[in-house]
Amino acid sequence: MRAPSLKAGLLAAATGLAALTLGPAPEAAPDNFDAVERGRYLVILGDCVACHMNPNGNHDGSQGFVGGRPIETPFGLIATPNITPDRGTGIGTWSADEFYRAMHEGIRPGGARLYPAFPYTYFTKMTRGDVDSIYAYLNTLEPVHNPVDRNTLPFPFNIRASMLAWNAMFFEPGEFRPDPNRSPEWNRGAYIVEGPAHCGACHTPKNMLGGDRNSEHFAGGPLQGWFAASITNDQRLGLGSWSIDEIVEYLKTGRNARSAASGPMAEVVEYSTGLMTDADLRAIAVYLKEPPQPAPASPARTPVAATDDRMKIGEAIYTDRCMACHTGGGQGVPNMFPRLAGSQVVQQEGSETVLRVVMQGVRAAYTPHAPTSPAMPAFAWRLNDDQVAAVTTYIRNAWGNAAPAVSPGDAAHMRRLLEDRP
Amino acid sequence: MRRLPRKDAVIIGLGWTGAIMGYELCQAGLQVVALERGPWRDTASDFNIGTAPDELRYGIRGELFVNNSQDTVTARNTLDQVALPIRKWGSFLPGNGVGGAGVHWNGHTWRFLPSDFNIRSHYLERYGEGIFPENHMIQDWGVSYDELEPYYDKFEYLAGISGQAGNIKGQIQPGGNPFEGWRSRAYPTPPLKGQHAQDIFTKAATELGFKPFPLPSANMSQAYTNPLGVTLAPCSYCGFCERFGCANYSKSSPQTTILPVLMRHPGFEARVQCEVVRVLKSADGKTATGVVYVDAQGEEYEQPADLVIMAAYQLWNVRLMLYSGIGKPYDPSSGEGVVGKNYAYQANSAVNGFFDNTHAFNHWAGAGSLGTTADEYNGDNFDHGGLNFVGGANINCTSFHARAISARPVPPGTPRWGSAWKKATRDNYNITANVGSQGSVMSFRDNYLDLDPTYKDRLGRPLLRMTFDFKPNEERMSAYVTEKMVPIMRAMGAKQIVATPKKGPWNVVPYQTTHNTGGAVMGDNPRTSAINKYLQVWDMPNVFVLGASAFPQNAGYNPTGTVGALTYHAADAIINQYLKNPGQPLVQA
Repeated sequence: MRAPSLKAGLLAAATGLAALTLGPAPEAAPDNFDAVERGRYLVILGDCVACHMNPNGNHDGSQGFVGGRPIETPFGLIATPNITPDRGTGIGTWSADEFYRAMHEGIRPGGARLYPAFPYTYFTKMTRGDVDSIYAYLNTLEPVHNPVDRNTLPFPFNIRASMLAWNAMFFEPGEFRPDPNRSPEWNRGAYIVEGPAHCGACHTPKNMLGGDRNSEHFAGGPLQGWFAASITNDQRLGLGSWSIDEIVEYLKTGRNARSAASGPMAEVVEYSTGLMTDADLRAIAVYLKEPPQPAPASPARTPVAATDDRMKIGEAIYTDRCMACHTGGGQGVPNMFPRLAGSQVVQQEGSETVLRVVMQGVRAAYTPHAPTSPAMPAFAWRLNDDQVAAVTTYIRNAWGNAAPAVSPGDAAHMRRLLEDRP
Repeated sequence: MRRLPRKDAVIIGLGWTGAIMGYELCQAGLQVVALERGPWRDTASDFNIGTAPDELRYGIRGELFVNNSQDTVTARNTLDQVALPIRKWGSFLPGNGVGGAGVHWNGHTWRFLPSDFNIRSHYLERYGEGIFPENHMIQDWGVSYDELEPYYDKFEYLAGISGQAGNIKGQIQPGGNPFEGWRSRAYPTPPLKGQHAQDIFTKAATELGFKPFPLPSANMSQAYTNPLGVTLAPCSYCGFCERFGCANYSKSSPQTTILPVLMRHPGFEARVQCEVVRVLKSADGKTATGVVYVDAQGEEYEQPADLVIMAAYQLWNVRLMLYSGIGKPYDPSSGEGVVGKNYAYQANSAVNGFFDNTHAFNHWAGAGSLGTTADEYNGDNFDHGGLNFVGGANINCTSFHARAISARPVPPGTPRWGSAWKKATRDNYNITANVGSQGSVMSFRDNYLDLDPTYKDRLGRPLLRMTFDFKPNEERMSAYVTEKMVPIMRAMGAKQIVATPKKGPWNVVPYQTTHNTGGAVMGDNPRTSAINKYLQVWDMPNVFVLGASAFPQNAGYNPTGTVGALTYHAADAIINQYLKNPGQPLVQA
C-alpha cells in the first residue's frame, strides 16, 4: 500500500526562521518541460496523491500534495508531510540532492530518518533522473502553507534514530538493475512494480517490525483492517488464473469480470493505475505473471464441509441477503458485482477483507472507464457475529472455494476495529 | 439577496429531464448549475438493500415524494367549486429530490403512436369534425413522430430499455407491437422473463386475435452498459419499484444512467435543497436573466444565467411560469392565454380476475414493468367510426408486486377488516390476476391549472390550483376498452371477474397515476401553445420548459419515454441551432 510518512516536517522554529531570512524565491521559468511532464507521470506511478492529498479529499493541483492525511501503521498514525514547494512547511528549501537522498535513503535534510511508511525502501530503486523529474514537477506546484505535526507516533516508535537499526536489518539502498535476459517490457514492469508503484508495501507481508518478509514476496497480508490480497502467480490465491488482459483491465478501470477494486485498492486505481499508460499497465501485468522467482505454491486446502452447520446457516443467509446481486452460484455480474466463486480476495488466508466488506460495506473504485462505482451495503447492523461468521465461512468454502473458516470471534474483532474506522 | 457568479445555464430540477439536459449541455462545453429543491439521493448512500424495500416507509408513508407540509396543490373538479389543498398525496405522487420521479417510477417506457402527435389533423381527416367532444382543446404537437424517432432511440439506449421491437424501419417484427411507430433498431436489451399471469394472458389474448408483446421496461433483463459507460445490473424481480428506489442498480433512473458521469463533469454543479422561487427577467421582459432561489437555511440567492431550463415536475414547471410572468396565463372563460391550459391526466381501468387454486401467480416475484401488452385499442389503432370518443388505451397484464401491506385483493362484498377479511386475503392473495388499461385523456377548455386565490405555500406563494374532471369522452373510451378486456380475463380462466372502467368525478384520494400532463404545452403557434416544438418559450427564447407539461393532451401510454425523447430533441436544437445564434427563437411565430 502506498503509505508514505515522509517526515519532511521541519521544526517549527527552524521553518519560521528560514521563511523570514530567505523570503520568496525569485520565480524562474526554466526550460524543463520534459522533466516536469515526466515527473508528473512518475507521481502517478508512485501514487503520491493517495497519501499526500488534503485529508478533506481535495486533490486538485497542489491540494494533492499538502499532506496531513493520517496513515495507519501497526505502530500508530503517521501524518503525511506537505510536499508542495512551500518554503516554510513544504519542501521549498530542499535541493535536488536532498530530495534524492530522502527518496533513495530515507534521510531528510538535516539527517533525520524517515519511517518506512514512506516507501523509500521501494523508491530507492528509482533512477536519479526519475527522482529529479519528480522534484522538478513538485517544484512547479503552487506552494501551500500547511504545517503538519509529523511526530505523532507513540514512544518508543517516535525515536527516529531507531530507524538506523531498522534500515540495517531491512533496507538495502540501490537503484533497479535490469535483467538483460528479460524483455524491455518485463524490465519496465519490474521497475514500476518494485520501484515507484511500491506494490510490495501492501502486498508483501510484514514482519513484527514492519519489514518485508521477502520470502513471501507479494503473498499478501493484513493491512489497516484489510487483508491485502496475494498478487503472486498462485492459481488459487494469486493472479495465476488471471490473464494479462484481465490484470490490465482491472488496474485501468478498477473492474473486470472477476473483481472490483475497493478499499485501499480503490484509491490506488483512482489516483494511480487508472491514470497509467496502457503500455505500462501491460508491462506491470507481464512482470506479475512472470516473477523473477516463482512463489512457492500455496498449500492445498480442503473446504469446510457442506454438511457443516456453519455452511448450512451461511448458505441460508447468503440466499436471503447476498444472492440478489452476487447470484445463486456466486458468479456475480461482470463489472458490477464481484464474482465470489473462485475469487482470490474471498479465499485469502486472512479473513479481514471479507469481514470488512460484509460488515462495513464498500464502494467500488470510480474511473472514467467504469464510472458506475457500485456499492456493497453494510451488514454489520443486521447480522450478528455468529451470522457474519457463518456467511463469510460459506462464501469462502462454497462453489469450489476453500479457505479457513471464520469464527464469531473474528467477526467480533472486526466489529470493534470498525468502531474507529467509520 | 446574494448575487452569484453567472453560469451559462441554470437547470431547475434534477430529475430525468434536468440530468439529460445537464449532461448534453456540459458535453457541449457549457458551465451548468442544477438547482434541486429536494435532497441528494444515490443508490450507494440511500437505497441500501436492507432498507430500500421498506413498504411502510416508502410505499405507505411516501418518503420519496414531496412532503405535503412543504408543498402541495389545491384541487377541484369544476369551475364553480372552491378548490381545497391536498394534504396527503393520493391520486398522484410527485417525486422529490435528485432523480425526481425517475427514482420511484415503475419503468414502463413507451413511444407514443405516430398519430398521437398529429391527433387533431389525423382524426379530422379520418372522421371529420364531428368526432371531437364538446369543449375540447385537442391540438397537434407541432412535432412529428419521425422527427422524434432518433431521440426516442437515444433515450432508450441511455436507459437500456428491455423490450421486443415490433417495427424496425417499417418491417413488422414477430413478437413485438405491430402498431408501434417505426424504430431504427431493436431495443438495447431483450424483454424480461414473464410470470404465470403473462403466460396465460398471452395465450388467451392470442386466441382472441390480439397480438400481445412484452411491455417495454426500464427494469433490466440483463446487465447493460450505456453509451455514457454507466452499468446497470439485471433485475432481481423483487417487486419494489413504484414508490421505491432500486437497491440493485436494476431500474433506469438518473442515478443509474447519468449522474455517476454528470456529477464528476467539470462543467457541472448541482445544488440540492435549493428551491427556485422565480425566474428573473430583463427590463424589457423579453429575456430571462437567471433565477432566484432559497436554500435550506432560508437564504436567498440570485443565480444569473444565459439559459434557463425549467426541468421540474409538470405541475411545478407551470407554477413557476405563472409566478415569473412567463407566457400569458390561460383564462378558461375566454379560452385565451397559454400557461395552465390543456391540463390532462390518464384514464386507467382494471379488470380483476379471481382464479381457482390451480393457479399460483406469485406476483411478489415481479418487476415494475413486468407485463404483456396488447395495443389493439390504443390511439387510433381501431376504427373510431360511430364510437363517439377520441383516444384509446393500452391493455396490460402486469406482475409488478404483491407487497404485504398494499396487495390485498379480495372479491367484492368482503368485509374491510376482521377475520373474514383476513381469510379472504389468504384465499385470494396468490390466485388473483389483473388486466389493466392505461388510457388517454384529451384536453378540454375547463381542465386547466392556475394559481389558487386562497391557499399559499410556506414561502407565501399561492398554491397551484388544479381544475380537472374525467369527461364523457374519457368515460366512453374507458368503458369501450374495458369491455374488450373482460373476454381476455375470461379466456385466462378467471372464476370471478370484476371490471372497473374509469368514471368521474375525479377523486384525489385513491392512487390512480402520476401521469399529470400539460399546462405549458408545445405546439405550432404561440396563440395556442406556450412553447415551440423545441420546448422553447415562444416569447422568451432563452427559456426552455422540459417534461410532460409540454403534452397538449395525454396518450394511452406512460409518459416517460416521450419526455426523454422531447428532452433530447430540445437538447439537440439548443446545441446545434440555438447556441449558434443565442437569444433567437428557433421557430418563427
